[in-house]
Amino acid sequence: MGVEGIGARVTRKEDKRFLTGKGRYTDDMTVPGMKYAYFIRSPHAHAKIVNIDVSAAKSMPGVIDVLDGKELQADGIGNLICGWMIHSKDGSPMKMGAWRPLAIDTVRYVGDAVAIVVADTSGEARDAAEAVVIDYDVLPAVADVTAAMRAGAPQLHPEAPGNLIFDWQIGDPDAADRAIASAAHVTEIDIVNNRLSPNPMEPRATLGIYDSAEDHYTCYTTSQNPHVARLVMSAFYNVAPENKLRVIAPDVGGGFGSKIYIYPEEIVCLWASKKTNVPVKWTSDRTEAFLTDAHGRDHISKVRMAFDADHRITALKVDTIANLGAYMSLFSSAVPTYLYATLLSGQYAIPTIHANVRTVYTNTVPVDAYRGAGRPEATYLLERTIETAARELGLSPAELRRKNFIRSFPYQTPVIMNYDAGNYEASLDAAMQAADWNGFSARRANSEARGKKRGIGMSCYIEACGIAPSAAVGSLGAGVGLWESAEVRVNAVGTIEVLTGSHSHGQGHETTFAQLVAGRLGVPIESINIVHGDTDKVQMGMGTYGSRSGAVGMSAIVKALDKVEAKAKKIAAHLMEASEEDIVIENGELKVAGTDKAVPWFQVALASYTAHNLPSGMEPGLKETAFYDPSNFTFPAGCYIAEVEVDPETGETDIIQFVAADDFGNIINPLIVEGQVHGGLAQGIGQALLEAVHYDENGQLLTASFMDYAMPRADDLPSFKLSHQNTPCPSNPLGIKGCGEAGAIGSPPALINAITDAIGNNRLTMPATSMKVWQAIHAAH
Amino acid sequence: MTRTIHLSLDINGKQHELDVEPRVTLLDALRESLALTGTKKGCDQGQCGACTCHVDGKRVLSCLTLAAQVEGRQITTIEGIAAEGGDLHPVQAAFIENDAFQCGYCTPGQIMSAVACIREGHAGSEEEIREYMSGNLCRCGAYNSIVAAVREAAEMAATGVAAKDKAEVA
Repeated sequence: MGVEGIGARVTRKEDKRFLTGKGRYTDDMTVPGMKYAYFIRSPHAHAKIVNIDVSAAKSMPGVIDVLDGKELQADGIGNLICGWMIHSKDGSPMKMGAWRPLAIDTVRYVGDAVAIVVADTSGEARDAAEAVVIDYDVLPAVADVTAAMRAGAPQLHPEAPGNLIFDWQIGDPDAADRAIASAAHVTEIDIVNNRLSPNPMEPRATLGIYDSAEDHYTCYTTSQNPHVARLVMSAFYNVAPENKLRVIAPDVGGGFGSKIYIYPEEIVCLWASKKTNVPVKWTSDRTEAFLTDAHGRDHISKVRMAFDADHRITALKVDTIANLGAYMSLFSSAVPTYLYATLLSGQYAIPTIHANVRTVYTNTVPVDAYRGAGRPEATYLLERTIETAARELGLSPAELRRKNFIRSFPYQTPVIMNYDAGNYEASLDAAMQAADWNGFSARRANSEARGKKRGIGMSCYIEACGIAPSAAVGSLGAGVGLWESAEVRVNAVGTIEVLTGSHSHGQGHETTFAQLVAGRLGVPIESINIVHGDTDKVQMGMGTYGSRSGAVGMSAIVKALDKVEAKAKKIAAHLMEASEEDIVIENGELKVAGTDKAVPWFQVALASYTAHNLPSGMEPGLKETAFYDPSNFTFPAGCYIAEVEVDPETGETDIIQFVAADDFGNIINPLIVEGQVHGGLAQGIGQALLEAVHYDENGQLLTASFMDYAMPRADDLPSFKLSHQNTPCPSNPLGIKGCGEAGAIGSPPALINAITDAIGNNRLTMPATSMKVWQAIHAAH
Repeated sequence: MTRTIHLSLDINGKQHELDVEPRVTLLDALRESLALTGTKKGCDQGQCGACTCHVDGKRVLSCLTLAAQVEGRQITTIEGIAAEGGDLHPVQAAFIENDAFQCGYCTPGQIMSAVACIREGHAGSEEEIREYMSGNLCRCGAYNSIVAAVREAAEMAATGVAAKDKAEVA
């Protein structure tokens, strides 16, 4: 391990451009002749489109054109799709209603796109949009998932009677019922997981460029996975064949899941560029982002957890309803099923688990993966339930968890997942020590003396990262494989380009991926460039989400590096007239082990390209590609402890301390891992205390600005005490598990457990605002 | 064509001439007319701080400032705070050292706010920094590192002043 290799605390290579205002995000792009788009959106949650009159708008100043859904359909542009097939327990396929990029007959949520204006300036496009006259016949709407399931509720799609998309199950229902019937104790609880808006600081944006000379399209877009965007736009939306479509995701200002999906705007801007013969740029405004970016979470569940007389969990039975909004977004069906119910065993040996999940249409924006995607919902449910059980049984929450921990690996859960490595007790012990768990009662007494209520709560989470073995997810309904690719390209002077199908939008890949190469070859980190985000440069890739870039993306780089090193060793052996097996690579040189014979790295690279003196039959060049398909998910886990003080007069919660003890497997760069944990914690604390999307009964979004939707700010968060108890992941070459979601997954239940402990009332839903906490205090007494 | 007005703006010590509609904000003028895209649009509603610039040394939200309002005043953007030779401003350097950002989108606004926060004398404690930086959202959640970076830069600035004072006394 060199100073810049794996494990080193290297400051980021990409930082300087971000610090000096020289980052290049999609909205920063300008091309000659570029015009601005504005989307006209439905103001109604549910309505028939009777007529669209664009004549006045077309003659407004600066307007190039105004286009609607009928023209889009006439040009053969297809519907948006959900790429993961789920079958209901009766064997029927999920009911996917038609989602037109521009609505034609019916709009189904406030923000549903209806038409596009293209004009010289963004202001002129907005002005012209005001002049488009759309006659709507307003229909009854339903935004609440329970209401949407009632008889007589407004129906969104003819394909989905009762608004039911699928009714899916996992596990053995009868075995779970039997275990519950014979249990010594059963804990029952209703769990609500609040709906969230991802809100990356960079709003979505796209620039569509049609080149009539080549009949070729270029799409700049704010994407976490540009190759998937190209594939889907080509194969399903009929925008252009893949070889005629280049997708570039330049610097992307955060994604958190919301930039995985292909939205209507990319498709429509590409098509509009061809129709108008000008490059067309669209940038979402913030209210548009609230209205149209896929939301996250929004589950309601009924839970029963059964225990034997020795307090071992004998069964878990879960009935969940998930709101998927007005249409099925790209991966929406996978989130409340295979990314959720498969994690319901948590860190515990539970012999029987059954989960039933119904997904439902409502007149709200589509719901899809948001940081953690299903795993936060599973962890919140499980950790609130076991905490509640501990209180009911009069046991220490730590000891009840400890008693039920899985202790030997590999461990096959009853819900598909096979945990490969972990040490849950190590994280629990570390967290309790860091939190001074034993000193809590004295601190509580001190708070009480000051008229405050103090509480402590923990959460032991597990998640599945490194998505995913392609054949396994294929058998479960995924429409794509989830491998990753890499190309390691050594230039003739020895500098190196690594082309990766992963995409960095804040994760620091330009540094961590370079650390891997620098450590392996002993070359300076400055001599390595990481290339990503452009389908014309990088071979096929699957992108970045679910903490897959380290576990899967870097594993592909390892494979390509193995091949490059093997060839370099052959060349070096030939140059030094040594045996290939004796060559070692160290400090930028290829050496004959045990001798002072060596050739510098750059000389081997040069020799490969001059090809004057290569081993007989060897092809010139030093460049290798690899695809890595993981053999399992990875399973980061940990224990989080929150300690809070609540002011009973106001209901205000103060986080006194927050401890995170994580097992992420091997760590590439501690600095970046800490940043990822901080970020996840900020979003998890946001969910627990501040954030909630609210629609009114007519489907109007009430939280469509940062004044109405409370995002965590600098003064809302405490400092964090972090530690690691790492067990290397056995399934990938670097032993990496992933760290991107952990904070968002583990923190909400720890906080709600702490607050409910403080106030002595277990009935509290997220976000635990001062008002709700105050009401809960008064309801309890 | 829509009616435009002519403006002459002093940005980062250079004079820029532009013709824009009267309604154009400083933020849009910088980004769309002057190709100074370092200043970011996060909400366009004055609620996130990503567009923070300095006018006459004080922080302003450029999305809530009309370009026409700032004629004749000194505007500083993220492109104008590093030294001419390219040396980073101490706040920028502290952001690297403390890993005070991830995706980088809110960062120009954070840095402009941080420079002003220190200049205003509001960087005396962690609590004070949190409060006076609370107008700048960071969804990546790098707040603790941002606070550490501001603290470090503020301490450096204070030490620098102290050293200068000592020299003057001597």
